Amino acid sequence: MIDVKDLTKSFGKHLVLNGISEHIHPGEKVVVIGPSGSGKSTFLRCLNLLEEPTSGTITFQGQEITDPKADINAIRRQMGMVFQHFNLFPNMTIRKNITLAPVQTKLMSQAEADEAASALLRRVGLEEKADAYPAQLSGGQKQRIAIVRALAMKPKLMLFDEPTSALDPEMVGEVLEVMKELAQEGMTMVVVTHEMGFAREVGTRVLFMDAGKILEQDEPQAFFAHPKEQRTIEFLSKVL
Amino acid sequence: MDLAYHYELWRSMMSSGDLDWWQVFFVRFYQAFLENGRWQQYLRGVGTTLYVTAMALCLGVVLGVLVAVIRTAHDQQRPGRRNFLLGLADLVCRVYVTIIRGTPMMVQILIMGMVIFSSSRNFTMVGALTLGINSGAYVAEIIRGGLMSLDPGQMEAGRSLGLNYIQTMRFIVIPQAFKAILPSLGNEFIVLLKDTSMISVIGGQELIKAARDVINRTYDAMFPLIGSAVIYLILVLIFTWLQGRLERRLRQSDRR
Repeated sequence: MIDVKDLTKSFGKHLVLNGISEHIHPGEKVVVIGPSGSGKSTFLRCLNLLEEPTSGTITFQGQEITDPKADINAIRRQMGMVFQHFNLFPNMTIRKNITLAPVQTKLMSQAEADEAASALLRRVGLEEKADAYPAQLSGGQKQRIAIVRALAMKPKLMLFDEPTSALDPEMVGEVLEVMKELAQEGMTMVVVTHEMGFAREVGTRVLFMDAGKILEQDEPQAFFAHPKEQRTIEFLSKVL
Repeated sequence: MDLAYHYELWRSMMSSGDLDWWQVFFVRFYQAFLENGRWQQYLRGVGTTLYVTAMALCLGVVLGVLVAVIRTAHDQQRPGRRNFLLGLADLVCRVYVTIIRGTPMMVQILIMGMVIFSSSRNFTMVGALTLGINSGAYVAEIIRGGLMSLDPGQMEAGRSLGLNYIQTMRFIVIPQAFKAILPSLGNEFIVLLKDTSMISVIGGQELIKAARDVINRTYDAMFPLIGSAVIYLILVLIFTWLQGRLERRLRQSDRR
Protein backbone atom coordinates (compact mmCIF):
# COMPACT_ATOMS: atom_id res chain seq x y z
CA MET A 1 0.00 0.00 0.00
CA ILE A 2 2.77 2.39 0.88
CA ASP A 3 6.31 1.86 -0.21
CA VAL A 4 9.27 3.79 1.14
CA LYS A 5 12.66 3.67 -0.58
CA ASP A 6 15.93 5.06 0.79
CA LEU A 7 14.17 7.84 2.65
CA THR A 8 16.43 10.43 4.24
CA LYS A 9 15.55 13.66 5.95
CA SER A 10 17.87 16.23 7.40
CA PHE A 11 17.15 19.47 9.16
CA GLY A 12 20.13 21.59 8.23
CA LYS A 13 23.17 19.46 9.01
CA HIS A 14 21.27 17.21 11.38
CA LEU A 15 20.43 13.91 9.72
CA VAL A 16 17.16 12.67 11.23
CA LEU A 17 16.28 9.85 8.87
CA ASN A 18 19.16 7.89 7.48
CA GLY A 19 18.02 5.70 4.60
CA ILE A 20 14.74 4.03 5.46
CA SER A 21 13.17 1.46 3.15
CA GLU A 22 9.94 -0.10 4.24
CA HIS A 23 6.76 -1.52 2.78
CA ILE A 24 3.39 -1.33 4.49
CA HIS A 25 0.71 -3.72 3.26
CA PRO A 26 -3.04 -3.09 3.32
CA GLY A 27 -4.58 -4.05 6.65
CA GLU A 28 -1.31 -3.97 8.54
CA LYS A 29 -1.06 -2.27 11.91
CA VAL A 30 2.53 -1.13 12.09
CA VAL A 31 3.69 0.16 15.45
CA VAL A 32 6.81 2.32 15.48
CA ILE A 33 8.70 2.55 18.75
CA GLY A 34 12.07 3.91 19.77
CA PRO A 35 13.79 6.46 21.97
CA SER A 36 12.98 10.14 21.55
CA GLY A 37 14.98 11.78 18.80
CA SER A 38 15.19 8.51 16.89
CA GLY A 39 13.20 9.97 13.98
CA LYS A 40 9.96 8.02 14.37
CA SER A 41 7.69 11.07 14.26
CA THR A 42 9.63 12.50 11.34
CA PHE A 43 9.25 9.19 9.52
CA LEU A 44 5.50 9.26 10.07
CA ARG A 45 5.23 12.89 9.00
CA CYS A 46 7.15 12.14 5.82
CA LEU A 47 4.51 9.60 4.87
CA ASN A 48 1.95 12.34 4.20
CA LEU A 49 4.57 14.92 3.30
CA LEU A 50 4.08 17.15 6.32
CA GLU A 51 7.86 16.90 6.22
CA GLU A 52 9.48 17.05 2.82
CA PRO A 53 11.97 14.18 2.47
CA THR A 54 15.50 15.24 1.61
CA SER A 55 15.93 12.24 -0.67
CA GLY A 56 14.28 8.92 -1.43
CA THR A 57 10.82 8.10 -2.73
CA ILE A 58 7.48 7.29 -1.17
CA THR A 59 4.83 5.53 -3.25
CA PHE A 60 1.23 5.34 -2.09
CA GLN A 61 -1.06 2.98 -4.00
CA GLY A 62 1.17 3.05 -7.03
CA GLN A 63 1.49 6.83 -7.07
CA GLU A 64 4.79 8.44 -6.25
CA ILE A 65 3.91 11.15 -3.74
CA THR A 66 7.44 12.56 -3.54
CA ASP A 67 7.12 13.50 -7.23
CA PRO A 68 6.86 17.33 -7.33
CA LYS A 69 3.94 17.02 -9.76
CA ALA A 70 1.85 14.77 -7.52
CA ASP A 71 -1.38 16.30 -6.20
CA ILE A 72 -0.50 16.20 -2.54
CA ASN A 73 -3.93 17.39 -1.39
CA ALA A 74 -5.68 14.53 -3.18
CA ILE A 75 -3.24 12.04 -1.63
CA ARG A 76 -3.62 13.45 1.86
CA ARG A 77 -7.40 13.04 1.62
CA GLN A 78 -6.80 9.31 1.60
CA MET A 79 -4.54 9.35 4.65
CA GLY A 80 -5.90 10.35 8.03
CA MET A 81 -3.53 11.77 10.60
CA VAL A 82 -3.90 12.04 14.36
CA PHE A 83 -1.54 14.33 16.24
CA GLN A 84 -0.06 14.21 19.71
CA HIS A 85 -1.63 17.54 20.59
CA PHE A 86 -4.98 16.81 18.89
CA ASN A 87 -4.86 20.04 16.82
CA LEU A 88 -8.61 20.45 16.85
CA PHE A 89 -9.76 23.80 15.47
CA PRO A 90 -10.64 25.77 18.61
CA ASN A 91 -12.77 28.32 16.78
CA MET A 92 -15.25 25.73 15.50
CA THR A 93 -17.79 23.45 17.10
CA ILE A 94 -17.04 19.74 17.13
CA ARG A 95 -19.50 19.19 14.30
CA LYS A 96 -17.78 21.86 12.19
CA ASN A 97 -14.37 20.38 13.01
CA ILE A 98 -15.51 17.07 11.57
CA THR A 99 -17.48 18.30 8.58
CA LEU A 100 -15.19 21.10 7.36
CA ALA A 101 -12.81 18.99 5.30
CA PRO A 102 -15.34 16.60 3.71
CA VAL A 103 -17.51 19.54 2.65
CA GLN A 104 -14.71 21.82 1.44
CA THR A 105 -13.04 19.07 -0.57
CA LYS A 106 -16.46 18.28 -2.09
CA LEU A 107 -16.38 14.74 -0.81
CA MET A 108 -19.83 15.23 0.74
CA SER A 109 -22.59 17.79 0.90
CA GLN A 110 -23.08 19.56 4.23
CA ALA A 111 -26.12 17.38 4.98
CA GLU A 112 -24.25 14.16 4.23
CA ALA A 113 -21.28 15.30 6.27
CA ASP A 114 -23.51 16.21 9.22
CA GLU A 115 -25.04 12.78 9.09
CA ALA A 116 -21.65 11.10 8.85
CA ALA A 117 -20.41 13.21 11.76
CA SER A 118 -23.35 12.17 13.93
CA ALA A 119 -22.79 8.51 13.11
CA LEU A 120 -19.08 8.75 13.90
CA LEU A 121 -19.68 10.65 17.12
CA ARG A 122 -22.19 8.02 18.21
CA ARG A 123 -19.55 5.40 17.61
CA VAL A 124 -17.10 7.04 20.01
CA GLY A 125 -19.85 7.94 22.47
CA LEU A 126 -19.57 11.71 22.09
CA GLU A 127 -22.83 12.41 20.29
CA GLU A 128 -23.96 15.02 22.80
CA LYS A 129 -20.77 17.05 22.26
CA ALA A 130 -21.52 17.91 18.63
CA ASP A 131 -22.24 21.56 19.38
CA ALA A 132 -19.56 22.01 22.03
CA TYR A 133 -16.24 23.74 21.36
CA PRO A 134 -12.92 21.90 21.79
CA ALA A 135 -12.03 23.96 24.89
CA GLN A 136 -14.99 22.36 26.67
CA LEU A 137 -13.69 18.79 26.24
CA SER A 138 -11.21 16.67 28.17
CA GLY A 139 -7.99 15.54 26.50
CA GLY A 140 -9.31 12.04 25.88
CA GLN A 141 -12.47 13.41 24.34
CA LYS A 142 -10.47 15.76 22.14
CA GLN A 143 -8.31 12.95 20.84
CA ARG A 144 -11.35 10.78 20.10
CA ILE A 145 -12.81 13.71 18.16
CA ALA A 146 -9.51 14.13 16.30
CA ILE A 147 -9.68 10.46 15.26
CA VAL A 148 -13.27 10.91 14.14
CA ARG A 149 -12.33 14.05 12.20
CA ALA A 150 -9.71 12.10 10.28
CA LEU A 151 -12.12 9.21 9.69
CA ALA A 152 -14.75 11.53 8.23
CA MET A 153 -12.58 11.78 5.11
CA LYS A 154 -12.94 7.99 4.69
CA PRO A 155 -9.16 7.47 4.56
CA LYS A 156 -7.52 4.23 3.44
CA LEU A 157 -4.67 4.63 5.88
CA MET A 158 -4.44 6.19 9.33
CA LEU A 159 -1.27 7.72 10.78
CA PHE A 160 -1.05 8.21 14.54
CA ASP A 161 1.70 10.42 15.95
CA GLU A 162 1.96 9.58 19.66
CA PRO A 163 -1.81 9.89 20.11
CA THR A 164 -1.78 9.24 23.85
CA SER A 165 1.43 11.01 24.90
CA ALA A 166 -0.25 14.29 25.83
CA LEU A 167 -3.08 12.67 27.79
CA ASP A 168 -3.67 12.25 31.50
CA PRO A 169 -3.02 8.59 32.35
CA GLU A 170 -6.67 7.88 33.09
CA MET A 171 -7.69 9.05 29.60
CA VAL A 172 -5.27 6.90 27.65
CA GLY A 173 -7.58 3.88 27.79
CA GLU A 174 -10.56 5.48 26.07
CA VAL A 175 -8.41 6.59 23.12
CA LEU A 176 -6.67 3.23 22.75
CA GLU A 177 -10.09 1.58 22.83
CA VAL A 178 -11.20 3.59 19.80
CA MET A 179 -7.96 2.72 18.01
CA LYS A 180 -8.41 -0.97 18.78
CA GLU A 181 -11.91 -0.94 17.32
CA LEU A 182 -10.56 0.77 14.23
CA ALA A 183 -7.87 -1.91 13.93
CA GLN A 184 -10.45 -4.66 14.22
CA GLU A 185 -12.41 -3.13 11.36
CA GLY A 186 -9.38 -3.69 9.18
CA MET A 187 -8.01 -0.15 8.87
CA THR A 188 -4.38 0.08 7.82
CA MET A 189 -2.58 1.91 10.59
CA VAL A 190 0.87 3.27 11.30
CA VAL A 191 1.21 4.19 14.95
CA VAL A 192 4.09 5.94 16.66
CA THR A 193 3.62 5.28 20.35
CA HIS A 194 5.13 4.54 23.72
CA GLU A 195 2.24 2.23 24.65
CA MET A 196 3.94 -1.15 24.60
CA GLY A 197 0.73 -2.88 25.65
CA PHE A 198 -1.02 -1.50 22.60
CA ALA A 199 1.90 -2.51 20.37
CA ARG A 200 1.72 -6.06 21.67
CA GLU A 201 -2.03 -6.39 21.52
CA VAL A 202 -2.98 -4.56 18.33
CA GLY A 203 0.16 -4.36 16.24
CA THR A 204 0.84 -6.84 13.48
CA ARG A 205 4.42 -5.63 13.19
CA VAL A 206 6.69 -3.60 15.42
CA LEU A 207 9.45 -1.38 14.04
CA PHE A 208 12.19 -0.27 16.39
CA MET A 209 13.92 2.91 15.30
CA ASP A 210 17.14 4.39 16.57
CA ALA A 211 19.32 7.18 15.17
CA GLY A 212 17.28 7.57 12.00
CA LYS A 213 17.26 3.90 11.05
CA ILE A 214 14.94 0.97 11.49
CA LEU A 215 17.15 -1.17 13.64
CA GLU A 216 14.93 -4.16 14.11
CA GLN A 217 11.44 -5.35 13.27
CA ASP A 218 9.29 -8.37 13.95
CA GLU A 219 5.85 -9.56 14.95
CA PRO A 220 4.97 -8.18 18.38
CA GLN A 221 5.17 -11.51 20.24
CA ALA A 222 8.57 -12.40 18.88
CA PHE A 223 9.81 -8.82 19.09
CA PHE A 224 9.06 -8.38 22.76
CA ALA A 225 10.05 -11.92 23.73
CA HIS A 226 13.32 -12.14 21.80
CA PRO A 227 14.76 -8.78 20.82
CA LYS A 228 18.00 -9.32 18.92
CA GLU A 229 19.84 -6.03 18.89
CA GLN A 230 21.65 -4.79 21.97
CA ARG A 231 20.09 -1.32 21.58
CA THR A 232 16.59 -2.81 21.44
CA ILE A 233 17.17 -4.88 24.57
CA GLU A 234 18.47 -1.79 26.36
CA PHE A 235 15.41 0.28 25.28
CA LEU A 236 12.89 -2.41 26.19
CA SER A 237 14.46 -2.98 29.58
CA LYS A 238 13.84 0.69 30.35
CA VAL A 239 10.26 0.98 29.16
CA LEU A 240 8.78 -2.38 30.11
CA MET B 1 -30.29 86.03 21.83
CA ASP B 2 -29.47 86.11 25.51
CA LEU B 3 -26.10 84.33 25.22
CA ALA B 4 -24.98 86.57 22.40
CA TYR B 5 -25.99 89.63 24.39
CA HIS B 6 -23.94 88.62 27.42
CA TYR B 7 -21.03 87.70 25.23
CA GLU B 8 -20.94 91.14 23.63
CA LEU B 9 -21.40 92.84 26.98
CA TRP B 10 -18.75 90.91 28.87
CA ARG B 11 -16.26 90.93 26.04
CA SER B 12 -16.25 94.70 26.06
CA MET B 13 -15.52 94.54 29.79
CA MET B 14 -12.67 91.99 29.44
CA SER B 15 -9.81 94.49 29.52
CA SER B 16 -11.22 96.34 32.53
CA GLY B 17 -10.59 93.32 34.80
CA ASP B 18 -13.98 93.60 36.50
CA LEU B 19 -15.26 90.18 35.39
CA ASP B 20 -15.51 87.04 37.52
CA TRP B 21 -13.54 83.99 36.34
CA TRP B 22 -16.67 82.25 35.09
CA GLN B 23 -17.59 85.25 33.01
CA VAL B 24 -14.15 85.21 31.39
CA PHE B 25 -14.55 81.48 30.85
CA PHE B 26 -17.89 82.04 29.17
CA VAL B 27 -16.54 84.73 26.86
CA ARG B 28 -13.61 82.60 25.74
CA PHE B 29 -15.79 79.52 25.34
CA TYR B 30 -18.37 81.41 23.33
CA GLN B 31 -15.69 82.94 21.19
CA ALA B 32 -14.06 79.58 20.48
CA PHE B 33 -17.14 77.53 19.75
CA LEU B 34 -20.31 79.57 19.27
CA GLU B 35 -19.50 82.92 17.71
CA ASN B 36 -20.35 83.03 13.99
CA GLY B 37 -21.48 79.40 14.18
CA ARG B 38 -17.91 78.16 14.64
CA TRP B 39 -19.12 74.84 16.02
CA GLN B 40 -20.04 73.98 12.45
CA GLN B 41 -16.38 74.31 11.48
CA TYR B 42 -15.43 71.82 14.14
CA LEU B 43 -18.25 69.54 13.10
CA ARG B 44 -17.10 69.59 9.48
CA GLY B 45 -13.57 68.94 10.76
CA VAL B 46 -14.75 65.90 12.73
CA GLY B 47 -16.59 64.69 9.65
CA THR B 48 -13.42 64.93 7.58
CA THR B 49 -11.38 63.30 10.32
CA LEU B 50 -13.76 60.33 10.41
CA TYR B 51 -13.92 60.18 6.63
CA VAL B 52 -10.13 60.21 6.29
CA THR B 53 -9.84 57.59 9.02
CA ALA B 54 -12.35 55.35 7.25
CA MET B 55 -10.65 55.73 3.88
CA ALA B 56 -7.18 55.15 5.33
CA LEU B 57 -8.50 52.22 7.34
CA CYS B 58 -9.93 50.48 4.28
CA LEU B 59 -6.80 51.08 2.25
CA GLY B 60 -4.59 50.06 5.16
CA VAL B 61 -6.44 46.82 5.79
CA VAL B 62 -6.49 45.86 2.11
CA LEU B 63 -2.78 46.62 1.72
CA GLY B 64 -1.97 45.02 5.06
CA VAL B 65 -3.79 41.76 4.32
CA LEU B 66 -2.24 41.59 0.87
CA VAL B 67 1.29 42.17 2.11
CA ALA B 68 0.88 39.83 5.09
CA VAL B 69 -0.50 36.99 2.96
CA ILE B 70 2.21 37.39 0.32
CA ARG B 71 4.97 37.42 2.90
CA THR B 72 3.56 34.51 4.90
CA ALA B 73 2.89 32.44 1.79
CA HIS B 74 6.43 33.13 0.65
CA ASP B 75 7.90 32.05 3.97
CA GLN B 76 5.76 28.91 4.13
CA GLN B 77 6.62 27.55 0.70
CA ARG B 78 7.81 23.99 0.64
CA PRO B 79 11.60 23.92 0.27
CA GLY B 80 12.71 23.26 -3.28
CA ARG B 81 9.47 24.62 -4.67
CA ARG B 82 10.16 28.33 -4.66
CA ASN B 83 7.96 30.39 -6.90
CA PHE B 84 9.81 33.20 -8.67
CA LEU B 85 6.83 35.56 -8.90
CA LEU B 86 6.07 35.10 -5.23
CA GLY B 87 9.70 35.86 -4.44
CA LEU B 88 9.49 39.10 -6.43
CA ALA B 89 6.21 40.09 -4.74
CA ASP B 90 7.78 39.33 -1.37
CA LEU B 91 10.72 41.60 -2.17
CA VAL B 92 8.40 44.47 -3.14
CA CYS B 93 6.45 44.00 0.09
CA ARG B 94 9.60 44.00 2.18
CA VAL B 95 10.87 47.21 0.58
CA TYR B 96 7.46 48.84 1.13
CA VAL B 97 7.32 47.91 4.80
CA THR B 98 10.93 48.96 5.37
CA ILE B 99 10.52 52.40 3.79
CA ILE B 100 7.21 53.17 5.47
CA ARG B 101 8.29 52.02 8.90
CA GLY B 102 11.69 53.63 8.56
CA THR B 103 10.57 57.19 7.86
CA PRO B 104 8.47 59.55 9.98
CA MET B 105 4.80 59.87 9.16
CA MET B 106 5.12 63.65 9.03
CA VAL B 107 7.82 63.38 6.38
CA GLN B 108 5.70 60.99 4.35
CA ILE B 109 2.76 63.38 4.46
CA LEU B 110 4.93 66.33 3.41
CA ILE B 111 6.52 64.38 0.55
CA MET B 112 3.14 63.17 -0.69
CA GLY B 113 1.54 66.59 -0.43
CA MET B 114 4.37 68.82 -1.59
CA VAL B 115 6.38 66.61 -3.96
CA ILE B 116 4.41 63.74 -5.41
CA PHE B 117 0.97 65.35 -5.51
CA SER B 118 2.15 68.96 -5.39
CA SER B 119 -0.28 69.98 -8.14
CA SER B 120 -3.31 68.39 -6.47
CA ARG B 121 -5.74 70.63 -4.63
CA ASN B 122 -7.54 67.77 -2.97
CA PHE B 123 -5.45 67.82 0.21
CA THR B 124 -7.82 65.65 2.15
CA MET B 125 -7.64 62.77 -0.32
CA VAL B 126 -3.86 63.02 -0.57
CA GLY B 127 -3.79 62.86 3.22
CA ALA B 128 -6.09 59.84 3.34
CA LEU B 129 -3.97 58.08 0.73
CA THR B 130 -0.78 58.73 2.69
CA LEU B 131 -2.28 57.55 5.94
CA GLY B 132 -3.65 54.42 4.25
CA ILE B 133 -0.29 53.54 2.74
CA ASN B 134 1.37 54.18 6.09
CA SER B 135 -1.15 52.17 8.05
CA GLY B 136 -0.90 49.27 5.58
CA ALA B 137 2.72 48.62 6.53
CA TYR B 138 1.91 48.44 10.24
CA VAL B 139 -1.24 46.39 9.72
CA ALA B 140 0.74 43.98 7.53
CA GLU B 141 3.24 43.36 10.31
CA ILE B 142 0.46 42.93 12.88
CA ILE B 143 -1.36 40.41 10.68
CA ARG B 144 1.84 38.59 9.80
CA GLY B 145 2.63 38.33 13.49
CA GLY B 146 -0.80 36.85 14.09
CA LEU B 147 -0.48 34.33 11.28
CA MET B 148 2.99 33.29 12.42
CA SER B 149 2.13 33.03 16.09
CA LEU B 150 -0.63 30.50 15.54
CA ASP B 151 0.31 26.93 16.47
CA PRO B 152 1.74 25.34 13.28
CA GLY B 153 -0.26 22.26 14.25
CA GLN B 154 -3.38 24.06 13.06
CA MET B 155 -1.99 24.44 9.56
CA GLU B 156 -0.74 20.83 9.65
CA ALA B 157 -4.11 19.53 10.79
CA GLY B 158 -5.85 21.37 7.97
CA ARG B 159 -3.39 20.20 5.36
CA SER B 160 -3.40 16.61 6.65
CA LEU B 161 -7.16 16.53 6.03
CA GLY B 162 -6.53 17.32 2.38
CA LEU B 163 -7.49 20.99 2.44
CA ASN B 164 -5.22 23.12 0.26
CA TYR B 165 -3.15 26.04 1.50
CA ILE B 166 -5.73 28.69 0.69
CA GLN B 167 -8.63 26.74 2.23
CA THR B 168 -6.64 26.11 5.39
CA MET B 169 -5.71 29.78 5.61
CA ARG B 170 -9.27 30.91 5.01
CA PHE B 171 -11.17 28.59 7.35
CA ILE B 172 -8.65 27.74 10.04
CA VAL B 173 -5.67 30.08 10.29
CA ILE B 174 -7.05 33.53 9.46
CA PRO B 175 -10.16 33.40 11.71
CA GLN B 176 -8.01 32.41 14.67
CA ALA B 177 -5.27 34.89 13.85
CA PHE B 178 -7.86 37.66 13.51
CA LYS B 179 -9.10 37.04 17.03
CA ALA B 180 -5.55 37.08 18.36
CA ILE B 181 -4.55 40.34 16.69
CA LEU B 182 -7.75 42.28 17.33
CA PRO B 183 -6.31 44.21 20.31
CA SER B 184 -3.22 45.32 18.36
CA LEU B 185 -5.33 46.06 15.32
CA GLY B 186 -7.66 48.21 17.44
CA ASN B 187 -4.63 50.01 18.78
CA GLU B 188 -3.41 50.67 15.25
CA PHE B 189 -6.81 52.10 14.29
CA ILE B 190 -6.78 54.43 17.29
CA VAL B 191 -3.31 55.63 16.30
CA LEU B 192 -4.61 56.16 12.78
CA LEU B 193 -7.58 58.20 13.98
CA LYS B 194 -5.31 60.49 15.94
CA ASP B 195 -2.68 60.70 13.20
CA THR B 196 -5.23 62.20 10.84
CA SER B 197 -4.45 65.44 12.69
CA MET B 198 -1.13 65.52 10.84
CA ILE B 199 -2.67 66.00 7.42
CA SER B 200 -3.45 69.57 8.42
CA VAL B 201 0.19 70.38 7.56
CA ILE B 202 -0.60 69.91 3.88
CA GLY B 203 -3.96 71.62 4.19
CA GLY B 204 -6.30 68.72 4.91
CA GLN B 205 -9.53 70.21 6.26
CA GLU B 206 -9.85 68.11 9.39
CA LEU B 207 -10.49 68.88 13.03
CA ILE B 208 -7.13 70.43 13.93
CA LYS B 209 -7.25 72.61 10.81
CA ALA B 210 -10.63 73.90 11.98
CA ALA B 211 -9.22 74.60 15.45
CA ARG B 212 -6.25 76.44 13.99
CA ASP B 213 -8.50 78.54 11.74
CA VAL B 214 -10.42 79.60 14.82
CA ILE B 215 -7.20 80.40 16.69
CA ASN B 216 -6.09 82.60 13.81
CA ARG B 217 -9.32 84.55 14.15
CA THR B 218 -9.55 84.87 17.92
CA TYR B 219 -5.91 84.72 19.08
CA ASP B 220 -6.99 82.36 21.85
CA ALA B 221 -5.47 78.88 21.53
CA MET B 222 -6.57 77.20 24.73
CA PHE B 223 -10.26 76.55 24.09
CA PRO B 224 -10.05 75.34 20.48
CA LEU B 225 -7.13 73.02 21.26
CA ILE B 226 -8.53 71.56 24.47
CA GLY B 227 -11.92 71.27 22.79
CA SER B 228 -10.32 69.30 19.93
CA ALA B 229 -8.49 67.09 22.38
CA VAL B 230 -11.78 66.29 24.12
CA ILE B 231 -13.40 65.46 20.79
CA TYR B 232 -10.55 63.08 19.86
CA LEU B 233 -10.82 61.47 23.28
CA ILE B 234 -14.55 60.92 22.86
CA LEU B 235 -14.06 59.39 19.41
CA VAL B 236 -11.38 57.04 20.74
CA LEU B 237 -13.56 56.03 23.69
CA ILE B 238 -16.44 55.18 21.35
CA PHE B 239 -14.10 53.13 19.21
CA THR B 240 -12.62 51.31 22.20
CA TRP B 241 -16.11 50.42 23.37
CA LEU B 242 -17.04 49.00 19.96
CA GLN B 243 -13.84 47.00 19.87
CA GLY B 244 -14.52 45.56 23.31
CA ARG B 245 -17.93 44.37 22.15
CA LEU B 246 -16.44 42.67 19.10
CA GLU B 247 -13.79 40.95 21.21
CA ARG B 248 -16.39 39.61 23.62
CA ARG B 249 -18.34 38.22 20.72
CA LEU B 250 -15.32 36.47 19.23
CA ARG B 251 -14.48 34.94 22.59
CA GLN B 252 -17.52 32.68 22.32
CA SER B 253 -15.46 29.58 21.58
CA ASP B 254 -13.27 30.10 24.65
CA ARG B 255 -16.00 29.29 27.13
CA ARG B 256 -15.58 26.09 29.04
